Amino acid sequence: MEIAFYIAGTVAIVATLMVITRHNPVHALLYLNVSLLAHALLFYLLGASFAALLEIIIYAGAIMVLFIFVVMLLNLGKETAEQERKWLKAKVWVGPSLLAGILFAEFLVLVLSSEQSTYSPATVSPREVAVSLFREYLIGVELAAMLLMAAVVGAAHIGRHKRLVLHRFLKEENEREEEKHEEMVL
Amino acid sequence: MKSSVSVEVVVLLAGLLFALGIVGVIIRKNIIFMLLSVEIMLNASGLAFVAAGSRWGQPDGQVMFVFILAMAAAEVSIGLALILQIYHQHKSLDIDNLKEMNG
Repeated sequence: MEIAFYIAGTVAIVATLMVITRHNPVHALLYLNVSLLAHALLFYLLGASFAALLEIIIYAGAIMVLFIFVVMLLNLGKETAEQERKWLKAKVWVGPSLLAGILFAEFLVLVLSSEQSTYSPATVSPREVAVSLFREYLIGVELAAMLLMAAVVGAAHIGRHKRLVLHRFLKEENEREEEKHEEMVL
Repeated sequence: MKSSVSVEVVVLLAGLLFALGIVGVIIRKNIIFMLLSVEIMLNASGLAFVAAGSRWGQPDGQVMFVFILAMAAAEVSIGLALILQIYHQHKSLDIDNLKEMNG
């Protein structure tokens, strides 16, 4: 079964690489979806079937749909891909990738210098997770509920289209300026 | 289904995915791609939590993953609303255009 783990890990890495290098937003989203599915398989192989389910239902199902809706609303298509192609030049990405690579190499050395230990993952059932979640971490659940509530209200507030509201003097001035502008155009 | 994996390999995988997320945040100028890369980083940390939980056979790792999931959902909804507003006001998703705060 180790081979399945390594295959899923490779798929996750390749799909993530494609996400950060694609020009078209929709292609990047689809690759991210593949990466999330590979993550779900990894979770399952690690014995966390509940986390795997949540990954598919919430991440690949709900959050990605939000992203796709926004890409559709903004009508990001060929022009965006062109622009991205112009922005994503070698001199832009070489430096940051090199620095991130150095950090990862340090991490690699640190992890590999410790003693290797293999284990067979124990399955943690959803029941245990639920008991732990609603007993020891109950305060965390309530805080998460408040966070989600705040996020919903905040998103509704930020996403609203505000009408321009002016004081009546400013409004008169604004109208006068608009008339002047129209005359100039005519 | 009995597999034996080394905990180092899983942690390295999570670290590699996290580094890819960092690279994505830094090299892209389009704000949607930056938000996607933040999602990648959150997922990588979730993978590390789940791996730790499975190493010790405890449910805490998955509980933390659930919390990360809730936070990611909140962050995405706020972030996408902000992106919509930015696009309405600037007609562009280039972060270099957003210099009203003179940052």
